[in-house]
Amino acid sequence: MDQILFLIFAAIAVICAINLVLQTHPISSALSLIGVMGALAVLYLLLGGEFIAAAQLIVYAGAIMVLFVFVIMLLNAGAEQKVKRRVWTRWSGAPLLLGFVGLMAYVVQVLLPPSSGIRFGSFLQGGPQTIGTRLFTAYLLPFEITSILILIAIIGAIVLARKEID
Amino acid sequence: MPYLLLATIKTIIVVAILMHVLAYLQWIERKVIAHVQLRVGPRRVGPHGLLQPLADVIKLVTKEDMLPSHVNKVFYFLAPFVAVMFALIPMCLIPFGGDIRVFGIHTTMQVTDLNIGILAVLGLSGLGVYGVALAGWASNNKYSLMGGLRSSAQMISYELPMALSIASPLLILNTLSFREIVDKQSFFYFGFLPNWSIFHSPFPQILAFLIFLIAGFAETNRVPFDLPEAENELVAGFHTEYSSMKFASFFMAEYANMVTVSSVATLLFLGGWQPPFPQQYGSWLIPPVIFAISGLICFYHAANPARPFDRYTLPVFGVIFLGIAGVFLIPAVQPILLPLFWFSAKTGAILFVFIWVRATLPRFRYDQLMRFAWLFLFPVALVNLFATGLAVALTAK
Repeated sequence: MDQILFLIFAAIAVICAINLVLQTHPISSALSLIGVMGALAVLYLLLGGEFIAAAQLIVYAGAIMVLFVFVIMLLNAGAEQKVKRRVWTRWSGAPLLLGFVGLMAYVVQVLLPPSSGIRFGSFLQGGPQTIGTRLFTAYLLPFEITSILILIAIIGAIVLARKEID
Repeated sequence: MPYLLLATIKTIIVVAILMHVLAYLQWIERKVIAHVQLRVGPRRVGPHGLLQPLADVIKLVTKEDMLPSHVNKVFYFLAPFVAVMFALIPMCLIPFGGDIRVFGIHTTMQVTDLNIGILAVLGLSGLGVYGVALAGWASNNKYSLMGGLRSSAQMISYELPMALSIASPLLILNTLSFREIVDKQSFFYFGFLPNWSIFHSPFPQILAFLIFLIAGFAETNRVPFDLPEAENELVAGFHTEYSSMKFASFFMAEYANMVTVSSVATLLFLGGWQPPFPQQYGSWLIPPVIFAISGLICFYHAANPARPFDRYTLPVFGVIFLGIAGVFLIPAVQPILLPLFWFSAKTGAILFVFIWVRATLPRFRYDQLMRFAWLFLFPVALVNLFATGLAVALTAK
């Protein structure tokens, strides 16, 4: 059951990701990206990362992508123009990409230690309670530094936006 | 396999009831608004217009489905599906009652319980905005586009106070699973005061409840925040170009969102299916007494009819109400019906507030709506969260 669900949602994620690149209209691309986020959330859920799955759904698929779609709609961005490219650039892309992905897969296989195999349902530490405890004990410093970083980003955004108003 | 079978049966029951609730919610809304405005409301189809929802559904299904020539077809078809799908999915996480035993099978009155229940509901219902935004954009019409844009801006803005107002009772209750949230509110102060979040003793969550409700009005695009479909400036907003079943699915999504928001408010703040005072003081007698009184009122009005055919219709309702009162007195079905009654009563009360507000309040202006969210609701929710956090930290053992 888990394997079947994994295959279905992995396929959805990959198809959406390819569609994201192939589409010429920004709205179609943004929606494909939402598809990727949603499928990723399900994959996290299958692996036992419940909290991460919910956060993925709320933060990425919900909040961030709504902003993306909002901006695209507000600017009324049209479909992008296809540029005529040389023949060899058009046909050499796919083999190069395959070669690169194969190389990456090989490096990952060689460098990483032979894992004990990730099984569906064996990871039980993904609940909100465990994550909260870890965040506020073991990872308190990185957590606080990240929040300060985000605060700086917010202030920076306000400063940049104000400049245009004045 | 029994798990799958059980889940299927529960899903079918929930979907069947939900669809009827959605259809009749509209009838109730029309009736309530009519009575607020001193009209009688629908009463042609069936006794007191009770078959009006059926007539509406037949009308919507058989209407011609217009496809405007200038729309973006894929997204135009996709939008109503997205809207209705993400409005209905959260319902499978809402519990309606505690553990029950039916025909020897032990189960819970909920399709599925997640230990991230409330986060999942937030995330899934948050995706519903794509339906509205896409509908506005794909219609290729400036009024629709304005409606879609307003809707996305409004939902992003009001999601913040909503999430903050949810966070403060969660600090007290210390769990994200709906079942545990309700179980933690089951205890009574001094043996009779309910320990619901809005009455919680170190820091009552009344403020959070009000903020949640106001943000809920905005999230479901209801009056006074129904700017996305403001008819006097935007024709019908994002669903201007939609007709027939596609229009009906937006309508259904709005009502399903209302039911979800009311259910979550009930579970988080009003103690879910817990009665307002303990069983031993006779809280189990309230539902049969209410239904019996309703039945007797029906009989009284049948004896003194205001309209000629009340003499025939009202006794039927009286017998039905007395029958329901009798069912509530059977000990075998009480563990199922009593939680369901209290849950429906609380959710129904909140839904009534939704309708009541629609009948009384005028619409906000768009800048007022945004200023209210960012300069009033958000800071108040933040202060409330800090105060609750302080109270929880000071009382922690």
